[in-house]
Amino acid sequence: MSFLPNSDDDILEMCSEIGVSSIEDLFCDIPASIKNPTIQLPQALSEQEALTHILHIGNANEQLCSLVGAGIYNHYVPAVVDHLVSRSEFYTAYTPYQPEVSQGTLTAIFEFQTFICRLTGMDIANASMYDGATALAEAVLMAIRSTGKNRVLCSATVHPHYRDVLSAYLWASDAQLAIVPYKQGLTDYEQLSHMIDDNVACVIVQSPNYFGAIEDVASIADSAHNHGAVCIATFTEALSLALLKSPGSLGADIACGEGQSFGNYPACGGPLLGILACRSKFMRTIPGRLVGKTVDEEGRDAFVMTLQTREQHIRRQRATSNICTNEGLCALRATIYLSLVGNKLIELARINHALASYCCNRLVALGYERVFTVPFFNEFVIRVNNAKEIRNRLLDNGYALGISIDTYYPELNDCLLLGVTESVSTNDIDNLVELLQTI
Amino acid sequence: MQTIFSFHKKGKNKYSIPACDPIQVDEIPQSMLRDDLTLVDVSEVDVVRHYRKLSSLNFGVDNGMYPLGSCTMKYNPKINDVVAMLPQFAMQHPATIEETGQGALHMMYQLQQILCQITGMHYFSLSPAAGAHGELTSVMIIKKYFETKGEKRNILLIPDSAHGTNPASVAMCGFEVKEIPSDSDGDVDLTKLEDALNEHVAAMMLTSPNTLGLFDRNILKIAEMLHSKGALFYCDGANLNAVVGKVRPVDMGFDIMHVNLHKTFSTPHGGGGPGAGPIGVVGKLAPFLPVPIIEKADRYYLQYNRPLSIGRIHSFFGNFMVMLRAYTYIMMLGSDGLRSVAEHAVCNANYLRTKLRNHFQVPYNRICMHEFVINDEGLPNGITTNEVAKRLLDYGFHAPTVYFPLIVHGAMMIEPTETEHRDTLDAFADAMLTIKKEAAEDPALLKKAPVTTPVRKVDAVLAARKPVLKWDD
Amino acid sequence: MSNIPENLKYTKTHEWIDVQDTYAGVCGITDHAQEMLTDIVFVELPEVGIEVKAGEQVAVVESVKAVSDVYAPISGRITEVNKLLEDKPELLNSDPYGEGWIYKIDIKDKYELDELMDAAAYAEHVAQGE
Repeated sequence: MSFLPNSDDDILEMCSEIGVSSIEDLFCDIPASIKNPTIQLPQALSEQEALTHILHIGNANEQLCSLVGAGIYNHYVPAVVDHLVSRSEFYTAYTPYQPEVSQGTLTAIFEFQTFICRLTGMDIANASMYDGATALAEAVLMAIRSTGKNRVLCSATVHPHYRDVLSAYLWASDAQLAIVPYKQGLTDYEQLSHMIDDNVACVIVQSPNYFGAIEDVASIADSAHNHGAVCIATFTEALSLALLKSPGSLGADIACGEGQSFGNYPACGGPLLGILACRSKFMRTIPGRLVGKTVDEEGRDAFVMTLQTREQHIRRQRATSNICTNEGLCALRATIYLSLVGNKLIELARINHALASYCCNRLVALGYERVFTVPFFNEFVIRVNNAKEIRNRLLDNGYALGISIDTYYPELNDCLLLGVTESVSTNDIDNLVELLQTI
Repeated sequence: MQTIFSFHKKGKNKYSIPACDPIQVDEIPQSMLRDDLTLVDVSEVDVVRHYRKLSSLNFGVDNGMYPLGSCTMKYNPKINDVVAMLPQFAMQHPATIEETGQGALHMMYQLQQILCQITGMHYFSLSPAAGAHGELTSVMIIKKYFETKGEKRNILLIPDSAHGTNPASVAMCGFEVKEIPSDSDGDVDLTKLEDALNEHVAAMMLTSPNTLGLFDRNILKIAEMLHSKGALFYCDGANLNAVVGKVRPVDMGFDIMHVNLHKTFSTPHGGGGPGAGPIGVVGKLAPFLPVPIIEKADRYYLQYNRPLSIGRIHSFFGNFMVMLRAYTYIMMLGSDGLRSVAEHAVCNANYLRTKLRNHFQVPYNRICMHEFVINDEGLPNGITTNEVAKRLLDYGFHAPTVYFPLIVHGAMMIEPTETEHRDTLDAFADAMLTIKKEAAEDPALLKKAPVTTPVRKVDAVLAARKPVLKWDD
Repeated sequence: MSNIPENLKYTKTHEWIDVQDTYAGVCGITDHAQEMLTDIVFVELPEVGIEVKAGEQVAVVESVKAVSDVYAPISGRITEVNKLLEDKPELLNSDPYGEGWIYKIDIKDKYELDELMDAAAYAEHVAQGE
């Protein structure tokens, strides 16, 4: 398959105009010893063959009833979303550096920033980061920059991937990371009080946390502020923002996390949608792109990327971050989704919680232990004897009963983290329970 | 511009969610719930009309030629989008991928191998979500490599023509940036490089071909100089489109590199992402790659047990759907197809350069690779690069990259890519010549440009002085 | 043709200092500098009370297209900053030597003033295209 419109004759004529006898002459600057290597790739396929090939690969993937959250959530994506983002003016466009021909992208980002501010209770939101994990890492770097301090406290209930990525980013920048233990499913506030001091740049809490439990962000924010530290509230399940008190209203200074739940598929983990929002005082230190409202020469409302001098292409090594390409199309999907679902999002969030509660209660009735008794949103942890074996048997029967979490929390052996969204019906749950009774 | 908020009116939203019976199970205390959320209340028709309208205000590759230098705005094959929507992949949850996603793992594993073949690197990691992310990851690897060796090296060398993400990535890892000037031919100045090289230099970052669109004729010498001092050589693979299949970065002497799947490998730019920036390394750097690594026994599995790894740099595995698109593209082209991509891209760029060089200043008038730089020097009536760029929009082309690289004053970097036909290139050249004529005969017109676009020139100063970053009712 | 007042002293990096009687100075950026930067959108002012050395970066000026570091012409202690610039950074464009002053400084070593250029020397420097 080829996408090269020029014929051999076209090429010959162009070469002649350039003043060379063949295309090969144009590669004269490449040392002969290393030019034109042999590259072994499979035989080229036509479009039809390529599709068959991919379908064949896809056949090795299984689709089953999945009760898995753990950072990525299977929510229904309305048909309108795929339909609109497949318009090629959206997806074949570049970053909106020429605002006069990018008002589509720019307007949508402005709307996205608005929705995110409303959901997180913050003053400013950027145009997106790569994912929730890197958004958190960049939020921490922001806190370090603005406080001038370099100790970071992070709750053990923050998603393990997020903590790992944070660890890698902080190692690269020589800051110190300490983990605040958890107790009964929530950040151990007493431990936090012992660990915090005036050298702490920020305290990080995730709510709902990795176990699905809803944290006391307000108290943690108070503690942070009493020591001149920034409170960062992170989240993996953005839908929770529709139901629970916003991070901003609870006293967080920065809210960051994963927006995949809004209009994006699980997609084997990517692309995702990192969200970063903050109070207005951080305006010049927030990384990533920002779209602002302005006017054009004729006084019409228009949008433009602004405060770009903080960004890499101008500030270079003094930039707030190196981020360039972000997750533009995923943010557009989220914007369209939020516009369409609107305030029904609150009902959707309630239903997620109700289904998760229903599932939890039915499993507890079967004799499984609900490990943490604190309120949760749409994820929870249960203990199942021979969890791994039970889980494998269920996989063979078309159900993914959460995931094991003892790799990250060895004390939680035989524990499974389950996530329930509106993609799972009460029928599915009833069938699952029936199945479990027979295993 | 109308936003979705202007459609807001109570009672319009009829979106429906599947009914759920036991809704009354609600054990979240009232005190934890919010009551202050207002998104927007619009109908589905409003949403469709509004975003359809917004799309018409945009210019993408599917609208016309998009010669943005350094971005490789080539045609995005539609079959790539079809495969990215397949439910067998779209609905796959990453947390159960070893159990339920063997197909997905297979594709990623194959793509790793393919990228190794193309670049000559020995191992690839697909995790980075963008080029800059790949750069950052690579700088972390460089840092860890020397730390493990017990060598104190705190400087990274970067040419003065480098893309801003290069020094930004370096600074994020606590290294010091030292800029190396280019010589008058556009190659790295070897004497200045010699002066800067010592045992405190960890590595040099170089885009190859460079950001002027030129292939550095001293590439092998640069590699030798760096290696002789025990330093590493990093390739910013943003310009791989010029040389894919014609030369492998490993043969140029590079030890580590990133590629941009959304540039060379045709995945769409999305209006600002998502992209993917996989990184490749030679054997001695493999232990430091980020986790997880995809390995194969009788099944594919994820390997986390890598004690020297820099750790994780993204949740799960990176931008899978971008990888799937790139994989499909590569499978359709094959090695000969990829080689032809570079050949046609370079031919197109040189052809355009030939057509423009007698009318515009071409600071480095030698054979270019897939892109070339011109500037506004000598344009009639002091017309600037920005004014030329804005006027091009009126002629139905997207503007080239402007004011980059910084070492050329008033730079315009033009990259036609291989998917443009000669007729389109001729039309672009004609438009440029017409604009030059307008500069001489009617400069006021150029200063007013663009005039046919949905909005005229916007006030960026106002936006920066009084930032309004969200809609307030 | 940029404005270069006679009574001021100048740096190669386009800053000016107005030396008052009691070895205190007022500092800012020159007309040439603001012309090069174009519309200024933000000024990062120094902290009052800090000690700076000659040639050290003391403030940052942002326009839409660029960010520029502002360097101290001489060593000393910052005694006051021009808070007006926080809301009206455009003063740097409209009145760089008057209302656009950036900070006041107590001069540590008056001999450092001899290193600076006078108006004529600075005019020459600008003409040479630096």
